Amino acid sequence: MKKVGIASSGMTKFTKDDISIESLMVASVKPIFDGAKNLTQKDIDVVLTSTNSNEKYLANIVSELSGISPKTAHSVESLCNSGTNCIVSAYAYISSGLADVALVVGAEKNDSPGRVLNWDMSRGQYGHPIYWSSLFTSSHIRKYGTTMEDLARVSAKNHRNALNNPYSYFKHSYSFEEIMNSETLTDNVRLLDCSMTCNGSASILLASEDVINKFTDKPIWIKGIGQKSISAGFTKNNDLASMRSTSLASSDAYQLSHVSPSDIDVVELHDAFSICEIMALEDLGLAEKGKGSIYVKNLYETNDNRINPRGGLIGAGHPLGATGIAQTIEAYQQLQGLSGKRQIERAKTALVHNMSAAATSSTVLILQS
Amino acid sequence: MNRFELELKNNNFICSECLRCKKLVWPPSDYCDKCFGNVTWRQISKIAILLEYSYKGNECFGIVELEGQIRVIGAIQSSSKLQIGQQLILKKCDYDGKAKFVFELQEDTKSI
Ligand SMILES: [Zn+2]
Repeated sequence: MKKVGIASSGMTKFTKDDISIESLMVASVKPIFDGAKNLTQKDIDVVLTSTNSNEKYLANIVSELSGISPKTAHSVESLCNSGTNCIVSAYAYISSGLADVALVVGAEKNDSPGRVLNWDMSRGQYGHPIYWSSLFTSSHIRKYGTTMEDLARVSAKNHRNALNNPYSYFKHSYSFEEIMNSETLTDNVRLLDCSMTCNGSASILLASEDVINKFTDKPIWIKGIGQKSISAGFTKNNDLASMRSTSLASSDAYQLSHVSPSDIDVVELHDAFSICEIMALEDLGLAEKGKGSIYVKNLYETNDNRINPRGGLIGAGHPLGATGIAQTIEAYQQLQGLSGKRQIERAKTALVHNMSAAATSSTVLILQS
Repeated sequence: MNRFELELKNNNFICSECLRCKKLVWPPSDYCDKCFGNVTWRQISKIAILLEYSYKGNECFGIVELEGQIRVIGAIQSSSKLQIGQQLILKKCDYDGKAKFVFELQEDTKSI
């Protein structure tokens, strides 16, 4: 298997501006070419698109609009973790030797059909994600004594981190008090505990160890990958206070990369709702079970931004098919030392956690400089 | 509407059951997800166990388990405080593009 690294990246600002999915995608491809040395369209063997859009043949459309005639072009869809799954598909093309250079392009519109999984009839009339997140929250409160203040600290921390992210959807931050007093959606989920869908695009260029130095002097390597799908339906989650797909995916990623949770310097994790960050910290092995809230409290009180430095989904916005790629770009830039005000000092190892549909599936990537 | 949706609309909760291994296949499917045996429809018991719940305003919703295998989210009606593990009765089901389930706490039933 060939080593696979990241050679360039591109982002658009997350907005609710009216713009087509194709325009969004090309807008994040342009900076890929601006940022990579010696990259020409002819170098690209594979173009993969990550989106839940109903538009068809997008990988071919983006290729044409970018002047690329790749060997391989197709889309990857897996609801909210489409982005990292698309990166893993590109990784597989390169590590297997089928390709040397792959362009991964993610984008979503804020009215995406990927917001609710209509197939899951076991959710009854409670199909919207706030209901599963509320049941996760009830269960975590019951089992571990999590409080509404604990949840608000997740959102306050991530909104504060997002202030240093120029691509974030939000133009201002929300305080702990504003979050505590924000609109009640259910007994234990407030409006500001939720990530917001929005328009956005993120692209990343992967290349094999044989060619990557042609495009960058600072490659970042994908060292660990773990993916797990438990089910599609929410009600197949046995323990509602933890995310089994996340713990299984991360244990595979740790094993493959020979990295342990204590080696991780910076994390982008899937805070679709406040409770998800607390649960993910526990299921990724970064905090003990039931100690995720204390972990977040400590981060919040010490202004420590190593978990979700770009603001996570809550702080930055959640354009579904772009999210996993935007998370990976943050990890890439942190390891390159190019994160500006968000930079975590001496970051050498990063973890990306991306999941779908009430954690019925999860993807974990481990990156190293 | 398919058979399952029509029956739900008639206030009847049915599910596919494997003819070979007797597993309930939920959500309903044309084949058993354990052994790929053919399935038949059968009536589901109205007794449910409460696994978790929350409120949206005054409306309680929760995840329940029927026959130890089928889990759904439904509305929960109760005049007293709910406890996990309590026995509920499926009071009503319906279909209007989405499945709808309403469960009720039986005041004289004991928690399990
Ligand atoms: Zn069977």
